[in-house]
Amino acid sequence: MEIKEVIKYLKAYDGPEIKLMEVCGTHTASIFKNGIRSLISPKIQLISGPGCPVCVTPTAYIDKCIEYAMKPEHVLLTFGDMMKVPGTEGSLSDMKGKGAKTELMYSPFEALEKAKAHPDITYVIAAVGFETTAPAYALMMEQTKCEEIRNIRLVTALKTIIPALTWICENQTDIDGFICPGHVSVIIGSEPYEALAETYKKPFVVAGFEAEHILAVIYDLVRQIEKKQAQVKNLYPNAVHQGGNQKALDVMSRYFEAGPAMWRGLGTIDASGLYLKDESYDGGSRGLDADMELPAGCRCSDVIVGNINPDECPAFKNKCTPLSPFGPCMVSAEGACGIWYRNQ
Amino acid sequence: MCIAIPGKVIASDGTTAQVDFKGNTVDVNVGLVDPRPGQYVLVHAGCAIEVMEQDKAQELIDLFAELEDLS
Repeated sequence: MEIKEVIKYLKAYDGPEIKLMEVCGTHTASIFKNGIRSLISPKIQLISGPGCPVCVTPTAYIDKCIEYAMKPEHVLLTFGDMMKVPGTEGSLSDMKGKGAKTELMYSPFEALEKAKAHPDITYVIAAVGFETTAPAYALMMEQTKCEEIRNIRLVTALKTIIPALTWICENQTDIDGFICPGHVSVIIGSEPYEALAETYKKPFVVAGFEAEHILAVIYDLVRQIEKKQAQVKNLYPNAVHQGGNQKALDVMSRYFEAGPAMWRGLGTIDASGLYLKDESYDGGSRGLDADMELPAGCRCSDVIVGNINPDECPAFKNKCTPLSPFGPCMVSAEGACGIWYRNQ
Repeated sequence: MCIAIPGKVIASDGTTAQVDFKGNTVDVNVGLVDPRPGQYVLVHAGCAIEVMEQDKAQELIDLFAELEDLS
C-alpha cells in the first residue's frame, strides 16, 4: 500500500458518515498542520476529545496553585500552559502583578537544584499531565526522597486516559473509532485499549504524529469500521510497545495511586487521577473538584467531548481569542479551540 | 502537553544523558530507558521516555507495508 492510494481511498470514501475521535492535543495540531481534513472525504469527521490536561483542570486547582504562589516563602513551579488558565480571582499570570511567585519550568527535575540552593523556600510544583508526564514526576520524587530534600511539594492534577475513554464510550456513543494518543501509549502500551475495544465494539489504533502516521491510522480505522471490526492496532511501533514502558509504569506505581478526579466538561471520574502515596509531599491535591461556571456563551464542555467543533461555539474568534481566552480550550497551546484559532 | 521530541544520545552515564536536538545539547534524565550513544530517544519534560527503534524513513515504509491492501 502506498500513501497516494491511502489518500485516494480516503478522499473518495462515500459510505455512511464516520466519526473518529483523537484524544491527544498534539494529534489535533498535526491534523491541522498537515491539512489532513483536506485529504479525506467530508464523510469522515475528525473530532477532538479531552486530549489536553490543562483544559480539563478545574478552577479549584488553579486557585490552590495561586494560594501557594501568594504564600510567603513559597514559589510555584509550572509549565507555561497553566499561566493563563482562569481561576476564581484571575489566572496565575494575572496574579503575578499582585505578588504571586511563579517560575516556569521546562522539566520537574529543575525543582531539585532550586530546592537545594534555597532550603528556606518551599517549591510547589503544579504537576499537571497525563501518563506521558507522570513518570517524570515520579522519578523526581524518587530523587527528592533519596537526597532527603524536604522543601518540595506537589499539587497534582495528573490524569489517566483509559477512564476518560471509558467515559466517552459510555456517554458519546456516536464515536465510531479512536485515534489513540501516541506518547501516552509509549508509557501505557497498546494493551489497555483491548478491554475497551472488546466491551464497546469499536476500533482503537495508536498513532504517531507525522502526517503519514495519521493518514495510515484513519485508513485503518475506516477499513475496520466498514468491515465491522473492533481491533486494537499499534501503528506507532517505533516508539510504542504492547506492554508500554515497564520502568515508567513501575516508578509511577511506587509513588502514585489512583483516585477520583474532576475533568472539566466530563465531571468526576473514578480512578482517573493520580495522587502521591506519601502525603507528606502532597500540597493538598485531593478533592479539588469545585469548578466555576464557564462564562455565558462558552461551550468548552461541548468541545472537550466532541459534541461540537470549536468554530461552532458562538464565542469562538468573537469574544474568545488566545489573547483574551474565555474558556480553557482557548488557553492552552494544545487546547482544541486554540489550535483551531491558530490554524484556520 | 504530551509532546515528545526525538534527540540523538551523545553520551550517557546511566542517570543523565547528553542529547543532541538539532545542534543543541541538553541534559536528559534516562531513568526510564537505557540508551546507547548514537540511538535516538523520545524526550518529554526533561525525561527520555523511550528509545526509538529505527529511523523515521524506514518506519514509514514498514507502516504502509502493514496496511491492508485494497486489491
